[in-house]
Amino acid sequence: MIERTPILNMVTYFIMIVGLLLILGPFWMIFTASTQSLAQVNAVPFTLLPGADFLHNLQAAWHRANLGPAMLNSLIMALLVMVGKIVLASISAFAIVYFKSPLRHVFFWLVFMTLMLPLEVRVVPTYNIAADVFEPVRWLIQTLTGIELSLQWNLLNSYSGLVLPVIATATGTFLYRQFYMTLPDELTEAAKMDGARPLRFFIDILLPLSRTNMLALATIMFVYAWNQYLWPKLMTTEADYQTAMVAMTTLVPNINSLPEWNVSMAGALIIMLPPLIIVAVLQRWFVRGLVSTEK
Amino acid sequence: MAEINIRNVRKSYGRTQILHGVDLDFKSGEFVVILGPSGCGKSTLLRMIAGLEEISSGEISIDGTIVNNLEPRDRGCSMVFQNYALYPHMNVAANIGYALKVAGVPRAERDRRITETARIVGLEEMLDRKPAQLSGGQRQRVAMGRAIIREPKVFLFDEPLSNLDAKLRVQMRVEIRRLHKRLSATSVFVTHDQVEAMTLADKLIVMNKGHVEQVGTPLEIYHRPRTRFVGTFIGSPAMNFFDSTIAPSGNFVLLDGIQIAIDSALGRDNADSTVSVGIRPEHCRLVKAGTANSVPATVDFVEELGSGRNVHVDIDGTIFAVSGDEGQLFETGATVGLQLPSEHIHLFSRDTGLRLDDAPVLKHNTNQSTVAA
Repeated sequence: MIERTPILNMVTYFIMIVGLLLILGPFWMIFTASTQSLAQVNAVPFTLLPGADFLHNLQAAWHRANLGPAMLNSLIMALLVMVGKIVLASISAFAIVYFKSPLRHVFFWLVFMTLMLPLEVRVVPTYNIAADVFEPVRWLIQTLTGIELSLQWNLLNSYSGLVLPVIATATGTFLYRQFYMTLPDELTEAAKMDGARPLRFFIDILLPLSRTNMLALATIMFVYAWNQYLWPKLMTTEADYQTAMVAMTTLVPNINSLPEWNVSMAGALIIMLPPLIIVAVLQRWFVRGLVSTEK
Repeated sequence: MAEINIRNVRKSYGRTQILHGVDLDFKSGEFVVILGPSGCGKSTLLRMIAGLEEISSGEISIDGTIVNNLEPRDRGCSMVFQNYALYPHMNVAANIGYALKVAGVPRAERDRRITETARIVGLEEMLDRKPAQLSGGQRQRVAMGRAIIREPKVFLFDEPLSNLDAKLRVQMRVEIRRLHKRLSATSVFVTHDQVEAMTLADKLIVMNKGHVEQVGTPLEIYHRPRTRFVGTFIGSPAMNFFDSTIAPSGNFVLLDGIQIAIDSALGRDNADSTVSVGIRPEHCRLVKAGTANSVPATVDFVEELGSGRNVHVDIDGTIFAVSGDEGQLFETGATVGLQLPSEHIHLFSRDTGLRLDDAPVLKHNTNQSTVAA
């Protein structure tokens, strides 16, 4: 659309700038707070100018919250969740789109319904399962046959416990389903004529074609997993498995401690970094994957 | 090299029947063209041979083996699709060689065959390009390369030329024919373009509404269309038709009150029956108004083709197309005479649409008594 409407342009720019400031404002506050000393950060009114204690605060945050191992844990968890979600989403969408089972619509809608059941809603039953993975199996076998088994698998305090319960993804499945549906049927048929079996077709044709889609999903899912708080908090009691988000809580001042908001803000800045890097690197793909398919 | 036998093959989706019992035999090495308007079931038939579409009933065998329950990869067919269906993320070499890669052919052998195939289809210089960097004609060649590298028993072409521009289409048509000569695998080519069909086919099959209307060489089909539908579908401009009744003597039919002579033996056998009389535009003759044995007609409009012209004339509301390159100029509205030479007249039954002098032969083939539109 080509129009010359200077007044409208000014209004839209004004709205955009206000929006930008609303988004950037808090970040600026985090940054300035993290550069100030204890006295400065607690001064009223709060100054929006940076102080000189940035490095000192970063160091304090890093050591106090033991951020080194915690960041590593977070990274392992986020990467595993990201990869797991992509694998699961791509392959379940493949099953839904390419296999003409009469139940595929049922499955699709079941997957879709889980969008309405985020982790926070089902946290208690999910915790139960994670604490005793085979409980439903034992119950089923016992009710059916009367045999009592002593199968045990406990996910608490383990990477599998951090990753597996959050690995299913309706968003990803949906994204992949939409992508597969844009591919022409002839592509499938050509692969069939070339002798490729379904899994071969999936690996040789679908996965490479879905690259933008995959990277878009990777971006969203990495940030999602990195930002997980509730689940790691419940699943991990040992310090060895503490994630950065959980570690962050030790930096938040409580009623008995000094109000060291400068240190907590410095910690916040540190753990914000990995998702920022991922988004910065992948944002080109991210937008393309969400907007349209590669021509 | 393989022959294909199709026995009473039917296809239905739910209650809608697409193919109503098709019986066909393709000889080994033959170039078969299936021609028909869109929706006649020709592509469905091709896809059933390929194994991409289930066979509702009947049998298809390739080289003596019934293939109904075989997967496409086990049938020894390869296929060229209308929109080429190249793998967009693979370069030309990978596209052509994919079937071999799947089959587990060792790398060295694969590369050798890719190079050889690329040479046959004229793509040696393009092996590293992606499909998006190729023109329509080049993509078409990649699709053909992909089909021939497997050295299949049967080639299937699903309207492969309809996405190309007119000039390229003519060129690719010649190349496909040349390729067939060289590889001599049985080829089945589906098209709705009669020129493609006439020029490519050893054996031409005309289909309509899920039935086979006629099987024959292109010339047989042109000169002796078995049904009224085939008459209208083959030839451009289409065959002219008028309805009439054969005179009791069997010697003539009437057009606008004028006697048009017909083959008298055939006429006597069918005296008094109502018929559709057909004659091709290229067999009609325009003469001066009032010439003996001509029907008075008014020139409706004239299409200039350069090499000749199509004159459309009006006889009492029925439009006749006449094509020819006679030097005379006809002005719109002028009155002329139209002559219909008896040796070029085709007679079809009004009720069944079947050619009259073919009728006895057809009695063996009752399940094909189609009424053409």
